[in-house]
Amino acid sequence: MADPMRIRAQAAGDKTTVRVLMSHEMETGQRKDAAGKTIPAWFIQEVSATLNGKTVMTAQWGASISKNPFLQFTVLGAKPGDKIGVNWVDNKGDKRSDEAAVS
Amino acid sequence: MLNRREMLARSAALAGLMAAAGLLPKAAMAAWNQAAFEAKSVADVMKALGAAAPVESKDVTITGPDIAENGAVVPVGASTTLPGVKRLLIMIEKNPALLAAAFDVTESIEPAFTTRVKMNQSSNVIAVAMMADGKVLYAQKEVKVTLGGCGG
Repeated sequence: MADPMRIRAQAAGDKTTVRVLMSHEMETGQRKDAAGKTIPAWFIQEVSATLNGKTVMTAQWGASISKNPFLQFTVLGAKPGDKIGVNWVDNKGDKRSDEAAVS
Repeated sequence: MLNRREMLARSAALAGLMAAAGLLPKAAMAAWNQAAFEAKSVADVMKALGAAAPVESKDVTITGPDIAENGAVVPVGASTTLPGVKRLLIMIEKNPALLAAAFDVTESIEPAFTTRVKMNQSSNVIAVAMMADGKVLYAQKEVKVTLGGCGG
């Protein structure tokens, strides 16, 4: 299981800015190791975000996203204390879900 | 009392269920559009997503640095002020795989995303907004990279 994500969700009026820092290698499948062998691709393919358990955003990612991906988005209508959840699945089927409360 | 035939039928159904449950992650991954993420040109990406050719629009915004010192971490953002957006894409024109991210938007989220991408070389970054009415709009910006992000 991968390391936990760091999620911050800050409400300002109706809008809640969510910043997520995931911990992932995001290997593109383009690089070669010292022996000249291609390092197989390993990256997050799907990301979704929930507000109090209801999905508000889903995303599909390619290998172009940077290592230890950062993602910022804005959720509408969330109140302080609400739960923002973020899930991801990578191309090896590994997954991770974390949750943070809106402040 | 169950006869042998019923018993077999039931266990087969159960096995089917278990397989379905076990296959769930795979089914979820089927939503990942492989053709789109392997496409080498904007036209191919749009074709793989079943969308029309994009039209340049002032209402779509792409943000990013003019010059990125480290191509491994280039902050880019895509947003639009238009209502009725279905999906936002971020593409890097000269990367081996063009499409970096596709965000599916709902009403409870603003169509504005910021993330960080890898860039192999100086290139245009493109934000594409796919509207609910089938229109496809885009904006692009050139980002110069002084150190590529894909070398080993």
